[in-house]
Amino acid sequence: MVSIEPAAAEAAPDTTTDTDTDAAPPQAEALTPPAAVWTRKDLLDTDTLSAEEIALILETAEAMAEVRERPVGRVATLRGTTVVTLFYENSTRTRASFEIAAKALGADVINLAAAGSSVGKGESLVDTVRTIEAVGADVLVMRHPSSGAAALAARHTDASVVNGGDGAHAHPTQALLDLYTMRRHAGDLAGKKVVIVGDILHSRVARSNLWALRAAGAHVTLCGPATLLPRSLRALAGHEGPGGCEVTSDLTEALAGADAVMALRLQRERQEQGLLPSLREYVRQYQVTEERLARANPGALVMHPGPMNEGVEIAPEVAHGLRSVVEEQVTNGVAVRMAILYLMATARRR
Amino acid sequence: MSALVIRGGRLFDPASGRDERGDVLIADGVVRAVGGALAADGAEVVEAAGCIVAPGFIDLHAHLREPGFEQKGTIATETEAALRGGFTTVCAMPNTEPTPDSATAVEGLLKRIATDARVRVLPVGATTAGRAGERLAALSELAEAGCVAFSDDGAPVEGGGLMRNALTLAGALGLVVAEHCDEPSLSGKGAMHEGAVSERLGLAGQPAAAENAAIARNLELCELTGGRLHIMHLTTARGVELVGRAKERGLPVTCEVTPSHLFLTDAAVAGDGPAPAYDTSAKVNPPLRAEKDRRALLAGVNAGVIDAIATDHAPHAPEEKLCEFDQAPFGISCAETALATVTTLAARGELELDMALRALTLGPAEAFALGNHVAGIGTLAEGAPGDVTVFDPEERWTVDPSRFASKGRNTPLAGMELRGRVRAVVVAGEARRIEEAAHV
Repeated sequence: MVSIEPAAAEAAPDTTTDTDTDAAPPQAEALTPPAAVWTRKDLLDTDTLSAEEIALILETAEAMAEVRERPVGRVATLRGTTVVTLFYENSTRTRASFEIAAKALGADVINLAAAGSSVGKGESLVDTVRTIEAVGADVLVMRHPSSGAAALAARHTDASVVNGGDGAHAHPTQALLDLYTMRRHAGDLAGKKVVIVGDILHSRVARSNLWALRAAGAHVTLCGPATLLPRSLRALAGHEGPGGCEVTSDLTEALAGADAVMALRLQRERQEQGLLPSLREYVRQYQVTEERLARANPGALVMHPGPMNEGVEIAPEVAHGLRSVVEEQVTNGVAVRMAILYLMATARRR
Repeated sequence: MSALVIRGGRLFDPASGRDERGDVLIADGVVRAVGGALAADGAEVVEAAGCIVAPGFIDLHAHLREPGFEQKGTIATETEAALRGGFTTVCAMPNTEPTPDSATAVEGLLKRIATDARVRVLPVGATTAGRAGERLAALSELAEAGCVAFSDDGAPVEGGGLMRNALTLAGALGLVVAEHCDEPSLSGKGAMHEGAVSERLGLAGQPAAAENAAIARNLELCELTGGRLHIMHLTTARGVELVGRAKERGLPVTCEVTPSHLFLTDAAVAGDGPAPAYDTSAKVNPPLRAEKDRRALLAGVNAGVIDAIATDHAPHAPEEKLCEFDQAPFGISCAETALATVTTLAARGELELDMALRALTLGPAEAFALGNHVAGIGTLAEGAPGDVTVFDPEERWTVDPSRFASKGRNTPLAGMELRGRVRAVVVAGEARRIEEAAHV
């Protein structure tokens, strides 16, 4: 377990000098480094993270959660670090979560909104990213509607890129905060059964969770309407034994023995695209209800990456019920994102 | 009179079945003699020892981009690329601005070709006005102006009735309708092949069924009308099967495959690294498919079901491909790597070299009946046009797009070592480019 000495951390604003910007600030030294060391420039997905790297993030997040629980709730560890958020898609909670996380570490935060797509409206994504780097960004948090956009950005900047969601590809910080939340309640996830239900095909949350949960040894069942199920993910994840993956359209069956169920937001445009006969049909078969949850293990967690369509993918009484950890996910998101920003910024200083 | 002797190569002529060592004598732009030891006073000599000497390659499907899209390529740059790739004839696809849908537009194009082209360029006219798929282009006028086929290129003729009429009228003119077979309501906004890789990457996919359904419809219309149908860039196993059966039934159908689809699969989009690359240079339409499709395409060439290997050479300006995958334009710049991918596949035992060479020469000539425009094209016999490609099937080289003649550097093969290289190309009797190694 890592820990931050409150005294050192809170004294930091006075002790950090301008001449000392290259060296790790004293507050950073107050962290007891775990065995693994973060060496990555970017965090684009969970798919290539080792179990050790995931453990490092989650342990660091524990320390950040402690910081958040203190009266002041912030340190100056990342003073002098500039974090830029660049969002090409609307987002309230992810963006706010990153901003609060960065500020809680003492970083400077600049929020840039990019309406619509970059191409055809002037500046290309690559040019935008280069510009942001040129003005002095250390860490770029990016959300973009195109799968692979974060990887493209990362290839063209020396700044560290944190993927805040790219198309249907990846949302690694969400997956890591989900893992963190599950671990807090369920402990070791090896052999645990997690059900993700909804529009899996278009879900970056489902994909990144699949890889993260696989690394943690959990078994994942992906469940949703047949038109919204990427069936090949089963083979990609390996479907035998722990760390495996099942793909099914039968939610009642899927929930049997589940330790956690994660409902995904259903975009209404799926109905317009003809992928669903109607919202009613979806609700009938895939809404997470108390009745269906009866098949899950006692104490099974109910999760949602937000924002929720209550009454669509999740029944209101479940969303706010005793098993729901939805609000806690949001709170944990700040600690996990602090951990990620901390690890990436300190890796840059090395 | 200018004379040229190509000396000591392995002569390959798919029309006659000739495959033997010997010389080729070309004079006044025409092949005068083939085989044995030939000589002519004062003739320029191209040494071809260790090389294969074949009829000049014919590309049924090239995008020269001019007029209208000169930032991607020009007639000069893209025909130079074709030349370096061993192609002595290219059929220029009509996705230019203006669209060659009238004699006036074609005449303008032919003027530019006359001054700028490094190889023989045969224009393909649009099937429908403005390639908009609403009404037919001036087909007879286009035929008279010199178009060798009709095609709406990347815009499939969606209406079945319109396609029926196109096949009927083109057939009466003795010309083929070359079709990009795609059912748009199925392919939608797909940026790559729909399958395990697209699901993994979270990219919208085009199912093989979108192509297969259109092939099936167009084969029905081919049978209904008796008009000649050419299926462009076939990419699916099922497509090969459908065309094979149609040919068995005697339908007037031909098809082509690109070297890219013979060589690569949808895995190229993800790349080789641990994290997905989203390589926009591997984004092409129709998309790179699954391995089972690639194998079926290879088998289709080997069995002669696939008539032609056509490049679908599609150069783009570098900045156009330097963007998000789903927003990048489709296309691969492959004129300069086409032969090498084919010979590399032959060296691996995946392609039969004689069938592949047939598909680069006689096959395409017959598919578009190009002999009606240039007598003897695609053959290496006395009286054939002096179009010859000399290549070393063994030479290894590494693809470096910065050295391309094409303006398009968009290749997923950058950095890859290939086997087989063009040494000399003769166009209409003129050795327009000879690699250093072949100069004696």
